[in-house]
Amino acid sequence: MNWLETLPLTIKATLLSAAAAAGLPEALMPYLSAVLSISPILMVFPLLFALTTVCERKGLGRIQNRYGPNRVGIPFTNIRLAGFGQFIADGIKSLTKEDVVPHKADKLLHFLAPIVLLVPVLLTFSVLPIGKGMVPLELDAGLLFFFAVGGTAELAVFMAGWSSRNKYSLLGAMRGIAQMISYEMPLILSALVVVMAAGTLSPMEIVNQQAVYGKLGIAQWNVFSPWGLLGFVLFFIAALAESNRSPFDLPEGESELVAGYFTEYSGFKFALFFMAEYMGMFAAMGMGISLFLGGWSAPLKFLTFIPSWMWFFGKLILMIFLVIWIRGTMPRMRMDQLMAFAWKFMLPLALMNFLLVGAISFMPSMLGQWLAAVPIIIFAWCGLARGLGGGRIPAPRVYRFAE
Amino acid sequence: MSTGFIILALITIAGAIGAMNCGRLVHCALSLVASFAGLAGIYLQLNVWFVGVAQILVYVGAVAILIVVALLVTRNAESDRQNEGSKGWIAGGSVALLVFILLAGALSNTAVTGAATLAPDSSVETIGRRMMTLYVIPLEALALLLTAALLGAVVIALGGPKPGRASK
Repeated sequence: MNWLETLPLTIKATLLSAAAAAGLPEALMPYLSAVLSISPILMVFPLLFALTTVCERKGLGRIQNRYGPNRVGIPFTNIRLAGFGQFIADGIKSLTKEDVVPHKADKLLHFLAPIVLLVPVLLTFSVLPIGKGMVPLELDAGLLFFFAVGGTAELAVFMAGWSSRNKYSLLGAMRGIAQMISYEMPLILSALVVVMAAGTLSPMEIVNQQAVYGKLGIAQWNVFSPWGLLGFVLFFIAALAESNRSPFDLPEGESELVAGYFTEYSGFKFALFFMAEYMGMFAAMGMGISLFLGGWSAPLKFLTFIPSWMWFFGKLILMIFLVIWIRGTMPRMRMDQLMAFAWKFMLPLALMNFLLVGAISFMPSMLGQWLAAVPIIIFAWCGLARGLGGGRIPAPRVYRFAE
Repeated sequence: MSTGFIILALITIAGAIGAMNCGRLVHCALSLVASFAGLAGIYLQLNVWFVGVAQILVYVGAVAILIVVALLVTRNAESDRQNEGSKGWIAGGSVALLVFILLAGALSNTAVTGAATLAPDSSVETIGRRMMTLYVIPLEALALLLTAALLGAVVIALGGPKPGRASK
């Protein structure tokens, strides 16, 4: 299985040496190397996005007791592929649709917004360790780069909402900006806990530190420690909010705002927004995996024969499943609940996690860490949740007609 | 000068010009952001990663949103032609020209002694260690100042005694 592990790197090396043999000038080699590193990202993640849309529709269908798309297969045959041809049909549809731009819209900004949204998202993938030694851009401040670039998406949301000259778009953009700014704090704070424990800002190094196996052959993932578990939960919730996923999908709440900031977009521009949103989710989840779930490392030592990049994508698909599941089961929050949740619950908990990691990560035994941390976490969690409810304890729900 | 530098410099300058000359205020703000982003690109190209990333984080991320939201909550952000230009543009322009001549003259008269100085170690780790050891007191003072500013903003936003929720 060793050849599978290094397969992507082998392909790249082969292509590079082939180019050198074909007489490519030495000066152009770094550029070719960069292109070869980038192009898998540009191919794999959009394909994952396409498949995710089908899986999401099918999954939501199952949760809501219906079938979901199950018709589109190979044209002119009876092969249906269980509906997995749907994304190709959707892609062709959005490509051939008329591109409607409102008469009063700010044409330039309206055109630029989807691009400005997609480019930072693609940039964030450059520091994500997809496999062992597989990170396109090795930065010692990779995490900082990730959050800095990821934070610029707010601007594109504003551009889309403002340039459309539509009240729903503008309202959606304002909601989106408020939400993204609020949840960026717990997102970064919960990630910084890992930085504090690992002593480095490089995602690659953080994953390397987790890919160490203890006595029982169990990997030392951060999520196995108390602060890591709390950090992961906080990071996951904040990442859901950052990527405008349900139950935090207020910026595009279709029952109130049509489609939020991309109400006035049609055709492929709409598809670009859609894609940027999903890719943003992949990037955030990928970073969550790298920080807490051991990135490309296997959970048990004897499982290391499975290639590292397969582990990464396996975990990513699991996270995507979790996100779809949450979308199918949770109702949308209200705006004030959303804000209160960010500032009165997530932020204090993330700050407390800081103190926790400072206090207990020097304890030698993991069991001692857990024993010390669990009461603190439960106390803080319950206390903050009580405070969020305004001190009022909800009465048991009484169903009058459905029992 | 590399191609990358020329492209980034053009983006920066075009952004700065746009920030002054665009008709709509929102366009001005976004041009300014383009200028910030170009500057960040130049930092990154010079391999000062920390400054470049901080520029993106603070200016392209935070300051831009601050400007844009401030524009949105003020009146008339939607109307055209708000940026009529100042009446004293001749005086302002001549001052700018004088400063430019002064700086250009000073620069062109400076003899470039290459390879004399070693590039300082600007890795994130070094910066972090310095901040936590040598510059820890300024850092803490800054943190205190920012916290005070945050609390002050909250107090101002609260605006005196709360008008009380409507009773049920």
